[in-house]
Amino acid sequence: MYNFEFQKPGSIEDAVAALRHEDAMPLGGGQTLLPTMKARLASPTRLVSLGGIPGMKGVSSSGDTLIVKGGTTHAIVAREAGGVFPGLAQLASHIGDAAVRSRGTIGGSLANNDPAACYPAAALGTGATIKTDRREIAADEFFQGMFSTALDEGEIITEVRFPIPQAANYQKFLQPASRFAMVGVFVARFADGVRVAVTGAGNDGVFRWSEAESALSSNFSADALAGLSVSADDMIADIHGSGAYRAHLVKELTGRAVLAAS
Amino acid sequence: MPKDSVIGTSTKRREDKRFITGRGQYTDDIVLKDQTYAAFARSDVAHGKIVSIDTSAAEAMPGVLAVFTGEDFAEVGGNPAGWLIHSRDGTPMTEPKRPVLAHGKVRHVGDAYAAVIAETAEQARDAAEAIDATIEELPAIVDLRQAASDTSNRVHDEVASNVCFDWGWIEDNRAAVDEAIKGAPHVTTLELRNNRLSPNPIEPRCSIGDFNPGTEDYTLYTTSQNPHLTRLLVCAFVMGIPENKLRVVAPDVGGGFGSKIYHYGEEALVLAAAKRIGRPVKWTCSRSEAFLTDAHGRDHVTKIELATDFDGNFIAVRTETFANLGAYLSNFATATPTFLHGTLMAGNYTVPNVYVNVKGVFTNTVPVDAYRGAGRPEATFSLERVIDKCARELGIDPIEIRRKNYIKPHQFPYTTPVALEYDTGDYDAVMDRLEAIADLSGFERRLNDSASRGKLRGLGISSYIEACGIAPSNLVGALGGRVGLYDAATVRVNATGTISVMVGAHSHGQSHETTFPQIVADRLGIDESKIEIVHGDTAKIPFGMGTYGSRSLAVCGSAVVRATEKIIAKAKLIAGHMMEAGDAEVDFEDGVFSVRGTNKNVPFGDVALKAYIPHDFPLDRIEPGLEETAFYDPANFTYPSGCYACEVEVDPGTGKVEVMSFAAADDFGNVINPMVVEGQVHGGIAQGIGQALMENAVYDENGQLLSASYMDYTMPRAYDVPMFKVDHSANTPCTHNPLGVKGCGEAGAIGSPPALVNAVIDALQRAGRSSVTHIDMPLTPSRVWDAIHNS
Amino acid sequence: MKISMTVNGKEVAREVEDRRLLVDYLRQDLGLTGTHVGCDTSQCGACVVHVDGEPVKACTMLAADAEGAQVKTIEGMAGKDGTLHAIQAAFQEHHGLQCGFCTPGMIMSAAALLKENPKPNEHEIREYLDGNICRCTGYHNIVKAIMAASGQPVAIAAE
Repeated sequence: MYNFEFQKPGSIEDAVAALRHEDAMPLGGGQTLLPTMKARLASPTRLVSLGGIPGMKGVSSSGDTLIVKGGTTHAIVAREAGGVFPGLAQLASHIGDAAVRSRGTIGGSLANNDPAACYPAAALGTGATIKTDRREIAADEFFQGMFSTALDEGEIITEVRFPIPQAANYQKFLQPASRFAMVGVFVARFADGVRVAVTGAGNDGVFRWSEAESALSSNFSADALAGLSVSADDMIADIHGSGAYRAHLVKELTGRAVLAAS
Repeated sequence: MPKDSVIGTSTKRREDKRFITGRGQYTDDIVLKDQTYAAFARSDVAHGKIVSIDTSAAEAMPGVLAVFTGEDFAEVGGNPAGWLIHSRDGTPMTEPKRPVLAHGKVRHVGDAYAAVIAETAEQARDAAEAIDATIEELPAIVDLRQAASDTSNRVHDEVASNVCFDWGWIEDNRAAVDEAIKGAPHVTTLELRNNRLSPNPIEPRCSIGDFNPGTEDYTLYTTSQNPHLTRLLVCAFVMGIPENKLRVVAPDVGGGFGSKIYHYGEEALVLAAAKRIGRPVKWTCSRSEAFLTDAHGRDHVTKIELATDFDGNFIAVRTETFANLGAYLSNFATATPTFLHGTLMAGNYTVPNVYVNVKGVFTNTVPVDAYRGAGRPEATFSLERVIDKCARELGIDPIEIRRKNYIKPHQFPYTTPVALEYDTGDYDAVMDRLEAIADLSGFERRLNDSASRGKLRGLGISSYIEACGIAPSNLVGALGGRVGLYDAATVRVNATGTISVMVGAHSHGQSHETTFPQIVADRLGIDESKIEIVHGDTAKIPFGMGTYGSRSLAVCGSAVVRATEKIIAKAKLIAGHMMEAGDAEVDFEDGVFSVRGTNKNVPFGDVALKAYIPHDFPLDRIEPGLEETAFYDPANFTYPSGCYACEVEVDPGTGKVEVMSFAAADDFGNVINPMVVEGQVHGGIAQGIGQALMENAVYDENGQLLSASYMDYTMPRAYDVPMFKVDHSANTPCTHNPLGVKGCGEAGAIGSPPALVNAVIDALQRAGRSSVTHIDMPLTPSRVWDAIHNS
Repeated sequence: MKISMTVNGKEVAREVEDRRLLVDYLRQDLGLTGTHVGCDTSQCGACVVHVDGEPVKACTMLAADAEGAQVKTIEGMAGKDGTLHAIQAAFQEHHGLQCGFCTPGMIMSAAALLKENPKPNEHEIREYLDGNICRCTGYHNIVKAIMAASGQPVAIAAE
């Protein structure tokens, strides 16, 4: 990788200040950013590690909300979220592999918004609130297409507030080489309705499958999906699968998630 | 033989200790004093004319010591092909030069056209990026059939066509085969693609060049399966270095699977650079670079026809294959799709008429060469798939049709219509073992169990035979081989009775450091822990041809036996002298020499000591010392064979195939170390599962490699494979080597892909998808789902 | 920049470039070449070490980010007297390695698994090793070795 200046500030304020530098980038767990830099596809001149900021890690719950601090690793969520939100713990426990989960963070994953990442499906699928150093952003506004979010330059995710569903399940069908999601579907059932978020499949990144949401809201069973479909034209096509195949998987996995959450 | 033979014993591996404690020494672990680093500028287009290369900016970068381009190597030789193939019309294959660095044209993405030497690896890479090359892009030649027919757009302008050779085997059989197929009651035809693979040993290639200006000696530390062969290629063909002035060291090597047989331009570059700058030069391949430069494997497009009578008796086999050679001829590239493929097309069967046609074609892709199995997996896959299809068409059980056509034990030695003479085998006995270990009688129960879980279960069977123990020099010479394929060993008995064995074979996972001492210990009746194997350093070992083609034990192991026999003969002379008897009266058993009919005896250790303290030797009759070398050249290939069974579950909702069980019954002849042999089979099967289900090196129409990292090239992980059931009890020892061994390294990768694909087709057929008679590998979920839903 | 950390129980400090990866720091600056590099996309797992007790891919962590950490590599697994760790011994006993290149990462991952789950079943072992690629063994004997190292019978139905 190209050289850069490394900083590891001790507070959010110092991190925000450090990130004002031109071409500075925040470093969470680095599980996506560092390989990208090694391939010389990203060349920040300054890397600001968020790993030294106290209070940036941890999982807690308050009423019907699960709060995950922005620097919390996938391993911690997998271990600690299960009591109140097993669907999220299950999702976190299948991100990458054990070594990736030791380092990768929820804030880093959401901020990167890889179209095949798992966490965006959970955030969008629950209608989570993304809290940053300066504001709160609803998940529905946060994700703005592949690798694109509502975050400003240098804005840091400090915590994610997940409404805890009555039931939820995440079905991840692996892209077998990268082990990202070829298609991942997060289904969450709340008192006031069902949300369905799909990652890995869409040309524009994570998306809500609203037809399925309305069908499932009135009848929470896989049968309710009969007759529904997503358009193959909107799906990613690559050497691992066609758009039609991904479109099929979206429906298939949604059904399986509903079954598992029932 | 001693009473408690160590042959057939699962001795634990002595090489493990250094690996499990992190003390192995792989090439990249070596740091030479004042070491510098090389990085390469590589083409990002598949085909292009080099208009200009401006290196001035790179030369001015921090830490840069030297920059090379193709111009610097215009006068040196090319990296040659080791096997001359003649086309059907008798003309020799075309052999365009493969330069150290691309010169004039770049011919595949990753083709190196310049190199930078710098103080650090990152500086070298920074500077390589600063090389300003103007490359005029030419149309990429990627599609095999199109490449074969298009003579206007050529990978190599200096030859008339992209077809390197058009080979017929055996051309004289062609008319009879055509006639037999024309008149046959039933002909099964299958068109298939044997998918292109990237070998991917987990250790990437690495080379360090060193030059001593005082002695003018070069040393090359490199990731090689055959250091002597690399030295020969570098010296005699590419660089013109006197062979005695280059030492090649292949230390611990992290897997090869064929890809580290070959000499690559980077090795020549680090040597030339070390001489120019007067300091050692290291190049460590990144994984991304490995995808673009390591020789790929397979990549055949084949049409196969099998003619039978209505009872399933084989009458004829005819194939037509387009074999991708890539942009340049790699060292074994012309042998792999021809003699290692066409000669196996009779399989385990009595099929009277066989004709094989292979067109080797240049394309703007990475060179293609031998990868675990090398030609034999391609032959086996074509044949075992078409047999399965035929059995289904005729309504015959897949095991029955194979048994019906097997060569029977009394027919050996058996000469096939494709010119091999199989020495031994008992294919029915091996199939019996398979039926037992795979519990085939329980299949219906498992089928119902799968169905109750909504899964489609299938059972696939395959047989294979391979020609390995490569190979008899006289035979390969007659077939166009330009090298001999003997191997060599030196057994040195040290004065204190310990033994050093210098061998030409290289061990990079094959466990020679453990198994070769078992052979010597068995012959000498001494403890195997006193025997050490030395390999991988041309300054220490005799000239052997290295490790590939499941040859180490059958060829080099036999050389070890021969050298050990010479030791015994010499030691008998010494022992006879010590016991005042003629050597003809001396017997040797269990490590003790004795005079027949007396109670005089002397242990091996005393004889060893005496050999080096020859105070009273009759020097006209006995030389001091106890060290012997033997070169062993086999009389024939060896012919391991086996029967494999695979059960799969297909998830109809996603198309995902899960391998539920895999059973392999093999005939490897005698087995020295069952633990090691089983491990080799496990690994081979896993690679075969990889080929069948997930591995695929895919180029787009512009010659860009789409699967160029571990993010897109899928290999089996622990959860992709089951525990394997393996058996090697139905063995028929090889008749022509002193160990009776056949070789086991490639078998798993040869026998497993057709068994797996047959199983998936079986699952879909049982589920009523009768139109699905073939799916091309890899059987990814997407392809299987397409087959289910578009049938 | 100057960084310091504890590696295999020993405090070490070195001056490094900011861009130094932990794996290069271990291999090149400290000479601990048991940790290997097999890919550049954080997939193969040959570089797995433990940082503060957790498995980490050393090729995907900056050395600077390990400032003050406790790092353990394959060289630190055996006892000071050379006694092999139970997992190391089991890998030898059950032929869990061939070329040996993936082995250090495999052993470090296995150690992390057994810390988290002392008696994993076959399925759990296979799932946990999803970040470690072995090209030689077909995983069969690696699974057996980890079963054995966890004190469980290795007789597996398939054999």
